Order: sequence, then C-alpha cells, then structure tokens
Amino acid sequence: MSDTLATPLNTMRTTALAAGAAAPLFSLNATPNQTLSLSDLRGRPIILAFYPADWSPVCGDQMGLYNAILPEFHRFDAQLLGISVDGAWCHAAFAEQRHLHFPLLADFEPKGAVAQRYGVYRPQDGTTERALFVIDGEGIIRWSYVSPVGINPGADGILAALEALQPQATQGARS
Amino acid sequence: MSRLATPVGAHDHSEGPADAPVTLVEYGDFECPYCGEAYPILKAVQRAMGDRLRFVFRHFPIVESHPHAGRAAEFAEAAGSAGRFWQAHDMLYEHQDALADASLRHYGAALGLDAEALQAAFDGRYDAHIRADFMGGVRSGVNGTPSLFINGVRYDGERDVASLVAAIHQAAGSRNI
Repeated sequence: MSDTLATPLNTMRTTALAAGAAAPLFSLNATPNQTLSLSDLRGRPIILAFYPADWSPVCGDQMGLYNAILPEFHRFDAQLLGISVDGAWCHAAFAEQRHLHFPLLADFEPKGAVAQRYGVYRPQDGTTERALFVIDGEGIIRWSYVSPVGINPGADGILAALEALQPQATQGARS
Repeated sequence: MSRLATPVGAHDHSEGPADAPVTLVEYGDFECPYCGEAYPILKAVQRAMGDRLRFVFRHFPIVESHPHAGRAAEFAEAAGSAGRFWQAHDMLYEHQDALADASLRHYGAALGLDAEALQAAFDGRYDAHIRADFMGGVRSGVNGTPSLFINGVRYDGERDVASLVAAIHQAAGSRNI
C-alpha cells in the first residue's frame, strides 16, 4: 500500500499514541470465526493490552495476572482486550490452556496493522511492544504506557487510570 | 518504580525483628515453581542477614494457573492462626509436588492443626485476608510470582543469594544516611 511505501517499516519510529488521542478503530478476530470491533464496546472503558506473544514461558505471566485481576477491572465496568500478532487458533489454544476469561485479539493479517496504528509495532522483531492503553467510553485514549519488552508492567497503572476515569464529583471539582 | 502500597504491619506474617534496618516482602504463590526455586535462596538470604532483616510473606495465589494455590494459602492461614504460619510455609514449599487437599490435611495433622479449623479455612474463613494481600500486591505493581520488595521498592534484579544480599546491604546503607 502507498502509505507503507512512503514510510518503510524498518525506519518507522514507534511512538505510542498518548492520552488525548482518539483510539484508532479496528475489527479483529477474537476467535477463529468471530470478530470484535472496538466500536461495539463504546460506552465503557477499554483496557487494550498489547503483548509480544502467546506462550510466554513465565508463570504468573502478564495475561495470567490480568486474568486473576478481572473482577477488579469489572468493578470499573472495564473490558480487557489482549492483543498480539498471533493467529486466532494460537490464541484459542493459549486461552484454553491458561483458562483466560477475556478476548485475545489476533492482529495477524495484515500482520501488526493495528499495533502500527497505535504506534507499538516492533518491526525488528515482528511483534508488538508490551503496551497498555486505557480508552474511555467515548473512544479517547486516557492513559498509555510502553513497558520494556521483557518486563511485565503489572496492573497498578491500569487501575490508577481507571480510577481517574471515575466521576470527579465526590472528589471536589476544581472551581 | 513500583512501591509497596500496603505498609508492613501487624496483619502480616513476618520473621525477624520489627526494627530490622531492612524489610524484605515476598508476594508468593505456594504452587508457583519460581517461588519454589526462590524458597531456599530466601532462606539463605535470611541466614546471611540474621537480625538485620525482617522477612514478610504475603499471598499472591494465581489460581487459574495453579489449582492448588488457593487451598494452600488457606492452609497456611489456618496454621498461622495456630501460631505455625512459618512451619506451614516451609512445609508447602518443601512439598510443592503434593498440594492436593488430602496432602494438605496430612500436613495439617503433622503440624497438629485441628481438622475442623482446617476445614473452616478451606470453607473461606481467611479468604478476605488472602484477597486483601492479593489486591495490595496488584496495587503495588506485583507482576508475577515471586515479586520481592526491599524496604518498599520492587526488586527487579537477579534472584540469587549474592545479588539479593548486595541489594539488601545497599538498602540498609541508604537508610542510615
């Protein structure tokens, strides 16, 4: 496509979209025969968690950790979406083996296209950054964070961002 | 830099003096193999530091990955209420390959725990405490198990005895400035 010719992947700087930017819309496979569109989830906070690959060899890995924290995310009515360049069948096997109870999206074809639009593709590796986005109910990114790719960022930043989305009335709005 | 969100207090299980210059907090899961690997290392660190270190264990069971981790944490709490938390902690890490209910009941008998008290633990008596440990860990930036905090700051370095002792000495030194 012309835009990729104009900006060769291997020279493209990856700068993650920051707070205030509109979250690029996408529609990706969540299972081998079901797609999920970001716009379908409008009205509630979204946690978009890019991660390099399924089958990370550590236990208590990032997706497993978030799986354990799902009840806390649900307190904020937030929907967690994992996303990597792995295919839908790979995600299905990974989710089944790890008992994951949230969608894993396949940014598989064209590979990493959604990650590129969020500024978190790693062309040198062919995978994505380990990057987190909290998107509000209006589709605006309210917080983003790119972790060193080898370090699981945990969930404290996500929870703080979700808390900041809460109505401010009880905290004394600035006059 | 991630910091401990819940200060160490009377609700914690700790070994070593409360006024030790350094407190090492572990968020652990009794079924996690990496915690099992860390167990003898942390024992060696405790021996090396003696009274200069207070060691605290908090629960971080990842039960979808480790089906016995929740029960094991409940077992440890039951032992804790009988004043035997650390015996239970050690017993669990020394028998990570056998953590099914029958094994836990056997360990309970070996520690002299009341069978009914253990059943109450399995029925959820301590689940609020375990969940509070877990959520405090999440808020502190725990990103897997084991996660270690030295004087309240998450330690992301190598988990060998020499590296840990060096980091603890450094924390002790900086506190005295």
